[in-house]
Amino acid sequence: MNVNQQTPMASPYGQPQPGYGQPGYGAGYPAPYAPYNNPASVYQPGAPPQGCSPYASFPSKAVAANPVSDLSSPLDLGPLRGPPTSVPAPVSAAPQAYSHYGQGEMQNGPPPGSQAPPRPAVSQPYNQGAVNLSGPPQPYPQQYGAPPPMQQVTNQMTGMQISTGPPTAAGPGYAPPHSSQPPTSAAYSIAPHPAYTQGPPPASMAPSQPPPPRDPAPPQPYYGGPPPPQHPASSASAAPLPPPPSSHQSFPPTSYPGPQAPLPAGPQAPLPPGPQAQPPYAQGPPPPGSQPHYAPAPPHAHGSYPAARGPPPPSQPGPYPPAGPPPTSAPPGHYQGTMPPQPPAGQPATYHSGPPPPRAQMPPSSMAQTNHLPPGPQGPPGPLGPPGPLQQPPPQPGMQGGYPPQQNGAFGQVRGPQPGYPGPYPGQQNYGPQAPAPAAQAQKRLDPDAIPSPIQVIEDDRVKTTEPFTTGVRGQAPPLVTSNFHVKDQGNASPRFVRCTAYNMPCTADMAKQSQVPLAAVIKPLATLPPDETPPYLVDHGEAGPIRCNRCKAYMCPYMQFIEGGRRFQCGFCSCVSDVPPHYFQHLDHTGKRVDCYDRPELSLGSYEFLATVDYCKNNKLPQPPAFIFLIDVSYNAVKSGMVNIVCQELKTLLDHLPRENPEMDSVVRVGFVTYNKVLHFYNVKASLAQPQMLVVSDVADMFVPLLDGFLVNVKESRMVIDSLLDQIPEMFADTRETETVFGPVIQAGLEALKAADCAGKLFVFHTSLPIAEAPGKLKNREDKKLIGTDKEKSLFQPQVGFYSTLAKDCVAQGCCVDLFLFPNQYVDVATLGVVPVSTGGSVYKYTYFQAQSDRERFLNDLRRNVEKPMGFDAVLRVRTSTGIRATDFFGSFFMSNTTDVELAGLDCDKTVTVEFRHDDKLSEETGALMQCAVLYTSCSGQRRLRVHNMAVNCCSQLADLYRNCETDTIINFFSKYAFRSVLTSPTKTVREGLVNQCAAILACYRKNCASPSSAGQLILPECMKLLPVYLNCVLKSDVLLPAADVSLDDRAYLRQLLSGMDVSESHVFFYPRLLPLMKLEGDSLPLAVRDSEERLSKGGAYLLETGLHLFLWVGANAQQELLLNIFGTPSFGQIDPNLTSLPVLDNPFSKRLREIVDAFRAQRSRYMKLIVVKQEDKAELIFRHFLVEDKNASGGASYVDFLCHMHKEIRQLLS
Amino acid sequence: MATFPEFISQNEERDGVRFSWNVWPSSRLEATRMVVPLAALLTPLRERPDLPPIQYEPVLCSRATCRAVLNPLCQVDYRAKLWACNFCYQRNQFPPTYTGISEVNQPAELLPQFSTIEYVVQRGPQMPLIFLYVVDTCMEDEDLQALKESLQMSLSLLPPTALVGLITFGRMVQVHELGCEGISKSYVFRGTKDLSAKQLQEMLGLTKPSAAQGARGQQAPQPPLSNRFLQPVQKIDMNLTDLLGELQRDPWPVTQGKRPLRSLGVAMSIAVGLLECTFPNTGARIMTFIGGPATQGPGMVVGDELKTPIRSWHDIEKDNAKYMKKSTKHYEALASRASANGHIMDIYACALDQTGLLEMKCCPNHTGYCYMVMADSFNTSLFKQTFQRVFAKDEQGTFKMAFAATLEIKTSREIKVSGAIGPCVSLNAKGPCVSENEIGTGGTCQWKMCGLDPSTTLALYLEVVNQHNAPIPQGGRGALQFVTQYQHSSGQRRIRVTTTARNWADAQTQIQSIAASFDQEAAAILMARLAVQRAESEEGPDVLRWLDRQLIRLCQKFGDYHKDDPNSFRFSETFSLYPQFMFHLRRSPFLQVFNNSPDESSYYRHQFVRHDLTQALIMVQPVLYAYSFNGPPEPVLLDSSSILPDRILLMDTFFQILIYHGEMVAQWRKAGYQEMTEYENFRHLLQAPVDDAQELLHTRFPMPRYIDTEHGGSQARFLLSKVNPSQTHNNMYNWGQESGAPILTDDVSLQVFMDHLKKLAVSSAA
Repeated sequence: MNVNQQTPMASPYGQPQPGYGQPGYGAGYPAPYAPYNNPASVYQPGAPPQGCSPYASFPSKAVAANPVSDLSSPLDLGPLRGPPTSVPAPVSAAPQAYSHYGQGEMQNGPPPGSQAPPRPAVSQPYNQGAVNLSGPPQPYPQQYGAPPPMQQVTNQMTGMQISTGPPTAAGPGYAPPHSSQPPTSAAYSIAPHPAYTQGPPPASMAPSQPPPPRDPAPPQPYYGGPPPPQHPASSASAAPLPPPPSSHQSFPPTSYPGPQAPLPAGPQAPLPPGPQAQPPYAQGPPPPGSQPHYAPAPPHAHGSYPAARGPPPPSQPGPYPPAGPPPTSAPPGHYQGTMPPQPPAGQPATYHSGPPPPRAQMPPSSMAQTNHLPPGPQGPPGPLGPPGPLQQPPPQPGMQGGYPPQQNGAFGQVRGPQPGYPGPYPGQQNYGPQAPAPAAQAQKRLDPDAIPSPIQVIEDDRVKTTEPFTTGVRGQAPPLVTSNFHVKDQGNASPRFVRCTAYNMPCTADMAKQSQVPLAAVIKPLATLPPDETPPYLVDHGEAGPIRCNRCKAYMCPYMQFIEGGRRFQCGFCSCVSDVPPHYFQHLDHTGKRVDCYDRPELSLGSYEFLATVDYCKNNKLPQPPAFIFLIDVSYNAVKSGMVNIVCQELKTLLDHLPRENPEMDSVVRVGFVTYNKVLHFYNVKASLAQPQMLVVSDVADMFVPLLDGFLVNVKESRMVIDSLLDQIPEMFADTRETETVFGPVIQAGLEALKAADCAGKLFVFHTSLPIAEAPGKLKNREDKKLIGTDKEKSLFQPQVGFYSTLAKDCVAQGCCVDLFLFPNQYVDVATLGVVPVSTGGSVYKYTYFQAQSDRERFLNDLRRNVEKPMGFDAVLRVRTSTGIRATDFFGSFFMSNTTDVELAGLDCDKTVTVEFRHDDKLSEETGALMQCAVLYTSCSGQRRLRVHNMAVNCCSQLADLYRNCETDTIINFFSKYAFRSVLTSPTKTVREGLVNQCAAILACYRKNCASPSSAGQLILPECMKLLPVYLNCVLKSDVLLPAADVSLDDRAYLRQLLSGMDVSESHVFFYPRLLPLMKLEGDSLPLAVRDSEERLSKGGAYLLETGLHLFLWVGANAQQELLLNIFGTPSFGQIDPNLTSLPVLDNPFSKRLREIVDAFRAQRSRYMKLIVVKQEDKAELIFRHFLVEDKNASGGASYVDFLCHMHKEIRQLLS
Repeated sequence: MATFPEFISQNEERDGVRFSWNVWPSSRLEATRMVVPLAALLTPLRERPDLPPIQYEPVLCSRATCRAVLNPLCQVDYRAKLWACNFCYQRNQFPPTYTGISEVNQPAELLPQFSTIEYVVQRGPQMPLIFLYVVDTCMEDEDLQALKESLQMSLSLLPPTALVGLITFGRMVQVHELGCEGISKSYVFRGTKDLSAKQLQEMLGLTKPSAAQGARGQQAPQPPLSNRFLQPVQKIDMNLTDLLGELQRDPWPVTQGKRPLRSLGVAMSIAVGLLECTFPNTGARIMTFIGGPATQGPGMVVGDELKTPIRSWHDIEKDNAKYMKKSTKHYEALASRASANGHIMDIYACALDQTGLLEMKCCPNHTGYCYMVMADSFNTSLFKQTFQRVFAKDEQGTFKMAFAATLEIKTSREIKVSGAIGPCVSLNAKGPCVSENEIGTGGTCQWKMCGLDPSTTLALYLEVVNQHNAPIPQGGRGALQFVTQYQHSSGQRRIRVTTTARNWADAQTQIQSIAASFDQEAAAILMARLAVQRAESEEGPDVLRWLDRQLIRLCQKFGDYHKDDPNSFRFSETFSLYPQFMFHLRRSPFLQVFNNSPDESSYYRHQFVRHDLTQALIMVQPVLYAYSFNGPPEPVLLDSSSILPDRILLMDTFFQILIYHGEMVAQWRKAGYQEMTEYENFRHLLQAPVDDAQELLHTRFPMPRYIDTEHGGSQARFLLSKVNPSQTHNNMYNWGQESGAPILTDDVSLQVFMDHLKKLAVSSAA
């Protein structure tokens, strides 16, 4: 744990290092960003030399986005930490690292260390807000003297940054982000004003530091590393000020109290170093050795800082001072202010006195050499440090005033310049509150570039993800859903099947409650894997069936421990010991593993399938092959819109593509056809008939199936008759004047047909209007906009009659899955019509104002995909967990008749089930938390199977660990599902507040328990969750929770239902659309996305925006002719046809590539996205703007910046 | 004056009417003492090819309560152009069109030979004939195939303008839409749920036209002459033929030990409902073909478990038939709906087991002239030919069937109408001629008969209301007028008017002439109808007892005897056959249920109450002919003594035509003598009854069961059960003699019966 914390520290340091490095680089640094890049690159090189590939990667990332890069590095560290987490492991690692350091200057070692730390650091930064500083400072001076400064610095930094926000401009390249200069200046200024800033901050710092000091104190003594816990907390806080906190944290972990001490120093620029040093500690053995390492590590991560710290004690002081200087450098005066902290630097000296010096030197030298050299030197010589700073300051200012600050911020934020960002935000806010005047300004001017950028995070992760993701390591968070990665199943389910919100679960319910982080898994049991990954193996145990635990009935999996020479096995879930059946017996090798372990998927893989025996079948009878029934609305609207014609035409070809397991074989799926308006028409398409027969059932009150033989037929045998039928249906109803439709009986009809045929299956219902004809399930129009926003709003989401719920139950019992294609021209009450699809594992597709011409492609693609996609029928999903947690809540499209079994009439490859876990006992860190998701289903060939996904995550007793291994995208997925379900029972306002509160609680908990102390004015976000606010804001602004005036009730209900089955990648892009600039399309890579804000759009460009449901092509009014020519084949903006639904096929590379991109996007999503061309300042732009989710929207949704401020306020309220 | 038998036969020829008494006792009291009530057997549409259709409408009495039709019995004042109604004595002006009337220029209706006359109503649209086939598909493929062929064949027999419709049923009920191109459509209904006409109308989408017409306006109002379900034969001939050809056996699986689920009740209900809402008050024929009992839904008569047999008389007596009442109620409701709209419900039931005719009997019974056919299979000539004969045509090429008829009766003041027994329903028309005493369907002077054919015969029971103290002047005549309005199969509306009169006689003084006017055949049938009517609701023995008592009273009243001396009993010729009819009636399946299933009883009774006198008499007392080398074929006594080894017997029971080869003849036949040229006469002998049987078969409707059997053959039971058991194992003194064959029965023989009758008749104690 400590280690982790330390790692964070390291990261901060790392950041600073860059700064330092830059300074060191001096020349290179001048350009703020450039420096980063350069440094990064430099680092990379450096890294290579070191041999630490990771570094390389990190740096690269760092390069990409300065802040981000830093962050990223931390992220990387995170993974590294994984191992480190376990204290021992880390230590060992550390040692190695050390050794490395020793050898190769530890670069490798350090980098890793630093990397690992960084993440934590990032997370930590949040905590940083070292509020109590003032008091402490004094103490700091003494012992921690250094630390205080650190904090202060950080604070300042934060302040700086915040202030910088506006100044961003000032900060050129980097400036924007950090605009450290301006910020700093601002900060400084601010600081001055309040006095607090400087004074107070420090003070605060001090206080915070005090703790640190304490920690430090202990740390020193600790070196042993006892402090960990505390540290962790601090680390957590690190986020914005991260550096400092991180440093603090790191200290604790490392036991490098010394480092902590440095932390104080950290406050200043040095802080970073401090952290870095810490990180190393974390990784490496906390002891001195570690320190040096740290130093190096930090450098890597953060640049020179680490190096500087390398000399940790000294470095810290050194660095800090330097850091201090940097900020100061920006505003000299400030520096002075900060300077005080510097004194702490002096403290560092104490540190120096500590172990660090030598090591520090070592690492630094090695590490920093080039880049860090400067820092190194600084670091090593405590005194030097100061000078270093001095040196640095200059460069920083020159370079990027921001940088240093950034770096400072970096400490916390370093990883990601973002951390820095966060810092700023908080800072601003803080300022606001603290220093009214400046604050206000600051807040208002909060620079969007300075706040965590999703694009940056995504890009960093994408760049970072180069190696296959192996699932063998417990508790390792997978790459983001937006990254392309290859998965190797080594015992845990692929993230494509199971994604968790937290990969390090709290051990106790108290912790879980305290953190408020939801513990959930998003399970996509039948996910389609990319072609290069093997689908789950099918295990056939013959008549005996799968082997299971006697007590909890968990299926054989890698978590089963074989004992007594292999004769028995102990269940990993409930610990019950069961006998191994004789036919399954196998000897164990010397490690206690079965000899055939790797021959058996169920013993070595995370996901596999069992062939189920007859015991697993309904009525103890092997299932019949499933059937597809197409139910087509042929009322006036349906015919007129062209839907009937299209469906009938398409079905003719579609029937050749029914799902099958073996492409060689004909599908065994049988099909049936029904049309309906207010009566139902069944068709007898028996192969022996010369022409199809239509059987009209008008007794809709009491539905039944009029025929048995000839309704469900094999496509191949009845081809002629079916074709004839499909030709005739449109003709027959061409002149219909029937406008009324029924709906309930339609589903009943399909259900009865399946019942009669005694098989499971799927209904495809193509429906157009509100079912107002007299029949069961008749609905009335209840769309009442006046209810929106009132307490009664929830009733609009609830089904208007209970009929469909009962029907859904019957459907599920029969394994009848319903897919609903809606073509409404007006209100159809999706909330009610959707009940059955949603409860049966089906999907709802909605094509409002369907026009054959423009919506044909979209509909047909959806239909094709829906028909063809692999799916299972009559499924039951059950999640078993190890003792201590329990699956308590489920979200998705399914039905539950008891509290444990998720029943899905149909389960296709796109459906996910989200499961929430709660503690019912303590978990152990040793065994972690296991979960096994077993899905019993009937395959499309009629085979009964069991698919098993196993997942193990770590458990932690430190909150910081939890925060370090979270998956924000998954958390958002969970939150949104939870919230969208809550609107059924609570007013949307309550739901929104609930979300904000929980989010605030999560972040506040982090701030309180994990981040190093820092000013209350700082917003400190955990690295893993730094996007939580922006994403949450997107959720809050979604049409469901905050409808725009033009959003119909149907749309809201539709989206609400749609979301319930979304996986993480879909929900991610749904809430935070992907916006690609199209100005330059080169090579095979996609252009770097931009953030969803109007500010990012250039009038002269064109952009592609994708939400998973919509695809917009936005064209700026001043778009270059060449661009227009390339895309549309016309040079004039005015000639672009806004009704285009597909791009013209032009013979130029740009057009080709653009179409490829569009196709690729469509291929990625489960639903086809219709292309909508939006011309700037055209009417359609209103719709488009709705998806620019970082902006304020017309219906009152807050902009990202505003929301972040608001969130910060909430957090502060919680903290006070 | 001709003899009474001649008079009777003349009247029957001309008017289709036979009275039990042809001279009427002039007072109520006397009339009731006649034992056999004053009653008439009326065959409204008796074939009268000689009758010229009158192309104008009848002239009616202007009195609102009378409305009698001008007839030959009316007094006419040619100068004043007035006529006096012979029923109410109202004096009426002739309508303007009769201005040219004079003694020498009389309209047909005033000519005595036109006591029966037929008017053709020119008003109103020509109504199409409507045939709705309701077909059971739960039967063996072979049966179904035969049925399909019969139905296809029938299409060729229908006039091209006739509308046809098709409903099939099994587990579900399908109403087929006709004339669809490329795809055949049908509306399907659950077989377990009864639907009201309104629901049905909505479900079949039949309400729309009117609404749509109103809305669209310009679209020519679709003539109500056809709709999607009922279309002219000429239009959908091919289509329907194909449709019938593709009919499949009900596809729902029938597990072992179960009966197929047959939704007959709902199918019929839907058929009735369909016609009800599309062609109310238009002649239509619902022809239902069933291959087994209804096993689900309303109208089910037995569950689908094969282990529970269908109800027997035994069950019914024990009140063990749990579906019967409910089911009967269902069909009664249907029958009344159908009859209210003038629709006919025919049932063709072909199955080895019962099909529930007992429950359904009211459908054909109430809807007038109907066909109810019972056969073993659709693949028999019994069904095929019967069905074909339904579409028999007369010389003009029109069907012999008539539709939607109403019969109204007008009477002289001295008599009133008590009721009618036959295939009719009451129209509840109260009038001055309605008696308070109800017999059969009473309380009305108008009846509805949805279907008629030339042999449909109603028994009308009359009551003399003249008081004893108000003697009718000498020479007074009681008059009756029967006005039958019906839809001719050509689509015309026609009115047939029969006016008849009989002399009054004072029973005290002219008992002889009254007795001489007794029509014992008509009386036997009229009494039989009464008995059958009673048997429907009363216990068998009670009916027999009642019948016996009537017979004894008749004997006492008209017999010639000395008290307490049975041997002195003599009956006049006009009464002599009556006891014998009663003897056979008592043994007939109309009153005896032993050895008959409830369905059979219903079937026999149904046929009995709707056929004319001649056929009814055959039913009561089968005809037996003997063929032998001893002479030409001769009728012989229906007696066991007629069964001789060297005879071939031909028995016609109406329902069966049976050829029985005597023991020796059978042996000869077995030996193949008929093949030898030297025994050609034997071949001729064998052939003779067969030819005669064929002749009968060709004229009889419904087609009788043809049985060819021999001495000792199992089918000989039909013969043995009919003949008078004059020789049984009990009467020893005939035992072993060559004459005749003993019948193993405990039934009394005619001799014993007569002995008892005499004894009771002369008994002073009675």
